[in-house]
Amino acid sequence: MPKLIIDNREIEVPAGITLIQACGLAGVEIPRFCYHERLSIAGNCRMCLVEVAGMPKPVASCAMGVSDLRPGRDGTPPTIITNSERVKKAREGVLEFLLVNHPLDCPICDQGGECDLQDQTMAYGFDAGRFQDNKRAVEDKYLGPLIDTFMNRCIHCTRCIRFMTEVAGVEELGAIGRGEDMEITTYLEHGMMSELSGNVVDLCPVGALTSKPYAFVARPWELTKTPSIDVMDALGSNIRVDARGREVLRILPRENDAINEEWISDKTRHVWDGLRLQRLDQPYVRRHGRLEPTSWGDALAIVAEGLRGLDGGKFAAIAGDLQAAEEMFALKCLAEQLGSPHIDCRQDGAKLDPALGRATYLFNATIKGIEQADAILIIGTNPRLEAAVLNARIRERWRQMQGRIPIGLIGEKADLTYAYDYLGAGPETLAKIAAGSHPFLERAAGAERPLVIIGQAALARPDGAGVLALAAKAAVALAAVKPGWNGFSVLHTAASRVAGLDLGLVPGEGGRDVDSILDGASNGEIEIVYLLGADEIEMERLGQAFVIYQGNHGDRGAHRADVILPGAAYTEKDALYVNTEGRPQMTARAVFPPGEAREDWKILRALSAKLGRPLPFDSTAELRAKMFEACPELALLDTIVPADAGAIERLAASGGKTGKDRFGTGIADFYLTNAIARSSPLMAALSALHAGAKAQATGTHG
Amino acid sequence: MLADKDRIFKNLYGQHDWRLEAARARGAWDGTKALIERGHDAIIEEVKASGLRGRGGAGFPTGLKWSFMPTKSDGRPNYLVINADESEPGTCKDRDIMRHDPHLLVEGALLAAFAMRAHTSYIYIRGEFIREREILQSAIDEAYEDKLIGKNNVNGWDFELYLHHGAGAYICGEETALLESLEGKKGMPRLKPPFPANVGLYGAPTTVNNVESIAVVPDILRRGATWFASLGKPNNTGTKLFCISGHVNEPCTVEEEMGIELRELIDRHAGGVRGGWDNLYAVIPGGSSVPCLPASLCNDLTMDFDALRDLKTGLGTAAVIVMDKSTDIIRAIARLSYFYKHESCGQCTPCREGTGWMWRVLERMAKGQAEKGEIDMLLDVSYQVEGHTICALGDAAAWPVQGLIRHFRHVIEERIDAEATRPLAPSVPVAAE
Repeated sequence: MPKLIIDNREIEVPAGITLIQACGLAGVEIPRFCYHERLSIAGNCRMCLVEVAGMPKPVASCAMGVSDLRPGRDGTPPTIITNSERVKKAREGVLEFLLVNHPLDCPICDQGGECDLQDQTMAYGFDAGRFQDNKRAVEDKYLGPLIDTFMNRCIHCTRCIRFMTEVAGVEELGAIGRGEDMEITTYLEHGMMSELSGNVVDLCPVGALTSKPYAFVARPWELTKTPSIDVMDALGSNIRVDARGREVLRILPRENDAINEEWISDKTRHVWDGLRLQRLDQPYVRRHGRLEPTSWGDALAIVAEGLRGLDGGKFAAIAGDLQAAEEMFALKCLAEQLGSPHIDCRQDGAKLDPALGRATYLFNATIKGIEQADAILIIGTNPRLEAAVLNARIRERWRQMQGRIPIGLIGEKADLTYAYDYLGAGPETLAKIAAGSHPFLERAAGAERPLVIIGQAALARPDGAGVLALAAKAAVALAAVKPGWNGFSVLHTAASRVAGLDLGLVPGEGGRDVDSILDGASNGEIEIVYLLGADEIEMERLGQAFVIYQGNHGDRGAHRADVILPGAAYTEKDALYVNTEGRPQMTARAVFPPGEAREDWKILRALSAKLGRPLPFDSTAELRAKMFEACPELALLDTIVPADAGAIERLAASGGKTGKDRFGTGIADFYLTNAIARSSPLMAALSALHAGAKAQATGTHG
Repeated sequence: MLADKDRIFKNLYGQHDWRLEAARARGAWDGTKALIERGHDAIIEEVKASGLRGRGGAGFPTGLKWSFMPTKSDGRPNYLVINADESEPGTCKDRDIMRHDPHLLVEGALLAAFAMRAHTSYIYIRGEFIREREILQSAIDEAYEDKLIGKNNVNGWDFELYLHHGAGAYICGEETALLESLEGKKGMPRLKPPFPANVGLYGAPTTVNNVESIAVVPDILRRGATWFASLGKPNNTGTKLFCISGHVNEPCTVEEEMGIELRELIDRHAGGVRGGWDNLYAVIPGGSSVPCLPASLCNDLTMDFDALRDLKTGLGTAAVIVMDKSTDIIRAIARLSYFYKHESCGQCTPCREGTGWMWRVLERMAKGQAEKGEIDMLLDVSYQVEGHTICALGDAAAWPVQGLIRHFRHVIEERIDAEATRPLAPSVPVAAE
């Protein structure tokens, strides 16, 4: 460990870090614009200049490694001075230069109040500028519906370029021109085609790139900031929900190294405009074919009336993709009370079964574990769409290995932002790997930590159970399951899925799964269907059944419903979600549910009271206590309880039949995967933009 | 004055043929094999002993630079890159070498590459040098044909030489920007460390040398380090190509001994200052990026690295830009400032913003439309640019401004005073209505 003297304090730092990090460890703050921990080093803003004893010029601390410094002749450790007059002068100089061509339009700039340039000018800048001539004028660029540009404000830190090129893997942004005429732009100013593009707004240290949907909406100090969890995919990305009054105004990422680093997908970030449209804000009852508003008492009484005396076998319940653990647990309790085994949380029909063991449906390798993987097999998934942030992590690993990591894909071909070997389209290829006769095994032969990612497209099909077993066999063949490493990883797309499986929201003895419930509903064997936020099923197959829809958006489920019980969205409740790794995390209530809408578990509790047999909990705490009793893995927040890998070996040995159909797509349209996103005009615009781009790519536009 | 027998560039003016046969007659490719047989380290030692300092501007000892190259390969090849992106205003020495004596360069490339254990070398030639590229390429082809270079050549060191054409950006003359450009990227300087000798072209150890530094190597080796070191002054040895331009009667490029007196250089080779020595106003001694000197300091000025450094300027590329008393020195420096503003790559803040700022202030100063306080401000801005940038272009942009203010502050002040006291144009009488 090299020793340094930073501002007269001796400190030992890990080898291989840069001076700016060493100063951070020593508690000395170094101002910076272009430097970002998760991007490559550009060293171009020159704000982080420090003095190193013995060097004639000040050095950029972000670019100088501690190992590049030599101790003095007398053996004193390298000496770094960050508070000298010279450093102060250099910083003032850089800030003055940056402000030479930066418009002083802070009062009308959306970045005002959270602007690096503003803050650092206050802390390190001159009191007045000396530049008297005209400032540069730069034309604003079109970067799509998410990013507003005010290019006059650009300070050319190139963070956005580096992010798009390195992390997002879509080389769309670049700089044209030279010197002070340098401009950031996309090629011919088309909208950015990355699922992660919104992150450049966070990265921009000034107001050059701002959020278009959030433009001129609020000032940061007006917002209530609530740390929460995202439910747009199954990663459980950590987010911060910024709200003013009853409205969510924006969603930003929070740092969590284990999950999303500090990125979130565009859907996660911009879905908030869907949170206030199409909301179910009061109960409805269908009378004479029309949904009519009604009171809670009335709605619950109608439901209770239908359920009272009903044979349990004629009642079925389906939990949706955005549901929290609490309400799913309450639903399960209710179904048990009613004596119904027909309950399912797998809307897409994925053949995952908690009875096989927890390891068979978790992303066992963990998201951070991707950083150690040295061979990756992707089966029936497009991680770029199904978990954009996770895909960035795979790309990061691929870059780390300089492309020398074998990555194989079985399923639909797609641009994943990294190179991979296309192995095949369906179970037959997988069977070859499982049997040990595929050449990919040779490529991955030396791998210590192979990662096998199985997507829902491979499992949500009639032979899904067979494919799952085959995938387990392939994982064993690749030696992905061994002491200290479990590379068998199921990538979920639904935020609720793992909790649902953990809590056992699958058909009980003699119970029906989603497909069979729908069959039952259409032929009259099921009379009442309870949809807990379930919108992704084929509503027309519900036949004549009486449908209760409990959820937050007027989407497919609500259109079919006979009774609507309005619930709370994920920003409106303190609720537990378990991500694809099996990591329980809590959301926090940022705003109240609109109108009459209530927290979902409370609705179920109230309904049970109406039925005369109240569920055994009266508060969230009591509910959770019961829930944790049933499923102790959920009790440890932000902790992954490693699942028993033996389950995978047993599954691999079990075998099963598979068909010959190719694996399809897990997600048809990235921007429209759930009820909230479908209510968002912005997501619709993005979906159209991408559809248009695809149409153009195939040449239908000439 | 340099004796004819001591000249290295015998066809500097293109009076003779540049082709292989003629070059051979002038001594090129003579005993190259024997030179190579001396061994890698012997050549480096010889170059070290000759005291040759890099001819690209910074004057770093060439032999020392070569010795930084790894002697044992870790699997990566060593590269020699020759910087022929000669774009410094006032400089046209490499151009003359390449169009009139290209074989000196090709032979030098082989020897230097051998010394550094490099089997591959790239010459990065400036975009505007079309003819020079054609000639140099022909010379390389000739050398290949005669098996002087290439695989299994007669000299016994496998050597591939590639000529790469730049796109005409000044910044690509900066060694790391050159490497970036050579790799096919945007010509923007890299952060150092790592230095090219560790991580250079395609991540491999690389040395970047100026054309002239390489072209003199064969003669140094043939005639011996002591011969080269006997010319010039201690620590400033050998011969040097001087490019004399501006207000002289016969602008020229000439090979002379290091440490020659400026006056002798101008009078003997360039036909004297226009209107006589007394009409001299200022001199930029080393290409546009070094600070200018007023005539008062030029009388017994010697042209070498150390003497010029003592006057807070530099030998640079030894491109002497002579200005007589008809010169508007503020406008002249403003024009240079515009050049640097235009050629700044835009990567780092002080240079990107500072060059434009300095140019704008100088443009106003040239018209006298400035405050006197702005002179010190301009000087301060130039110090904020200098040394705070990734590469030396920031320094190069700052130094001319500093030279101007150091020596010609009174001119700026007079200009401002004159503008302030200039009578307003007589107003046009308007008929009363």
